[in-house]
Amino acid sequence: MIAALPTLSPEVLIAALSVFVLSIFLGFELISKVPPTLHTPLMSGANAISGITIVGALVAANVAMEGGRSSLAAGIGVLALALATINVVGGFLVTGRMLAMFKKKER
Amino acid sequence: MDSITHLADLGYLVAAALFILGIKGLGSPRTAVRGNQLGAAGMFLAVLITVVQMQAEAGDAGVQWGLVGLGLAAGGAVGLLMAKRVEMTGMPELVALLNGFGGAASSLVGLAELVRLAPEMAAADGGDPVPGYALWRAVFLVGVGASSLIGWTTLTGSVVAMLKLSGKWNDKLALPGGNAVKALLLAGAVVSAAMLLGDPASTTWLIALTATSCLLGVAFVAPIGGADMPVVISFLNSLSGVAASATGFVVGNNALIISGSLVGAAGLILTGIMCKAMNRPFKDVMFKAYGAAAGSGGTGEKRTARGYEADEAAMTFDGARLAIVVPGYGMAVSQAQHVVREIADELEANGTEVRYAIHPVAGRMPGHMNVLLAEANVPYDKLYELDDINSAFSECDVALVVGANDTVNPAAHTDPSGPLGGMPILDVEKARTTIIVKRSLSPGYAGVDNDLFYRSSTMMLFGDGKKKLTELLAALKEL
Repeated sequence: MIAALPTLSPEVLIAALSVFVLSIFLGFELISKVPPTLHTPLMSGANAISGITIVGALVAANVAMEGGRSSLAAGIGVLALALATINVVGGFLVTGRMLAMFKKKER
Repeated sequence: MDSITHLADLGYLVAAALFILGIKGLGSPRTAVRGNQLGAAGMFLAVLITVVQMQAEAGDAGVQWGLVGLGLAAGGAVGLLMAKRVEMTGMPELVALLNGFGGAASSLVGLAELVRLAPEMAAADGGDPVPGYALWRAVFLVGVGASSLIGWTTLTGSVVAMLKLSGKWNDKLALPGGNAVKALLLAGAVVSAAMLLGDPASTTWLIALTATSCLLGVAFVAPIGGADMPVVISFLNSLSGVAASATGFVVGNNALIISGSLVGAAGLILTGIMCKAMNRPFKDVMFKAYGAAAGSGGTGEKRTARGYEADEAAMTFDGARLAIVVPGYGMAVSQAQHVVREIADELEANGTEVRYAIHPVAGRMPGHMNVLLAEANVPYDKLYELDDINSAFSECDVALVVGANDTVNPAAHTDPSGPLGGMPILDVEKARTTIIVKRSLSPGYAGVDNDLFYRSSTMMLFGDGKKKLTELLAALKEL
């Protein structure tokens, strides 16, 4: 029973926290100046990237339905996967559509 | 099995690098298309790695391809339809909704993991724990609490924002109690999450956490009005990233932590830009509804502004060298962007230079006007930012204001202590003639009467933006 549960070492946690904090700083540095033309595409593109939660959703949906809690978990996982996929597919496509319009300059 | 995990982690690192390059690319016009493609490539890679790893590590039960396929196919089809079908005028609603879905997905992943592991955790808590279990347990449960709180708030907040944007929200639905209720809901969610830390298998606290978080999103966005929407939408965008980051701690995946933080930071930067453009501190947007602050709402005196006909307005363009179009939310509502372009074409054919002045918070989301004008084939080099165009108004013969109000209200200069005081505005009052297309004299979102409407150099064209501009176009062609 106990062996089935994950464990975490302080080293791994500290590494994860470092990654977390440094990524926040990186995010601020990356796009300090954005022209207004790109505000909407940046937002929808960034939103599509936040759909990375799809990776967690894939794992969450991959639970054998054996009745009771496990089938509940699987059901929630599938719903999570569907929403994350909408986020990813819809987000990147609609950003691409917008950017294609911006490309047109003088007719 | 270990080496598979390590390889997968390296692959996720590549995906994260692609996201970083993608977001960087999206920050500049020349590289934006490539940036979006890099982001999509990173996402494809991340999904591929996960699926391969699932297959490689599957025990006797194998991968649940039915369930996984169902989620991917259903989500993919809906996402594709939404992206293909949406009109550019519906873009703010779509962006809001996608933010919400992202937040909900992050919450649901945490929820599914908790539901799956809670029985085993309850058993382990009673027995002799293996080393490292206690730390994992704490991080896992704090992560679940954070992703639930932020994710559900993002979902319901986004749905309310979407309903408000599409005019389907009933303003009477605002929760009573204002900020005290928000604080209470937030405290309730934090307490519920803390109780789950004590008893992960408790259904009661799980439901309490979900319910308070959902209500919190409604309580936050419901009192926030139209013109503050660009701030709200970019903030929700940021939250959807933070939720993904929290979920990264739940499932122990660095790709989620990195990309979630990047998006969180990007959203916050946009939020800051929007607040600055309105000269409104972020806390005012969140905790002080404009209407309440502007209690004065019109000084009681009734002034009348003269309405003009389209052909009178058309004459002012005769011989004009420079005309500046100032679009606002009204252009989006009446979908007048195409007529605006046709008028610009007609003016340019007559030798008038046409520029567009874009206020950063014009419309209901960051960059709203840019998207609409791009849809109408206006080249983006004719769109000018506030700082770059303001000096040109004094040389401009005609300023054509289409459905904008607060962003051109001189009260920002003349009444520094008023609700609009200090907000950077487009100085259309300096133009020789200002034509304002607007449905009525009603004050803008800030509740401040606009002095510009009553000036002698102003011509008001009362009516629906598209209808009035079509008349103006016809009159210009007859000139």
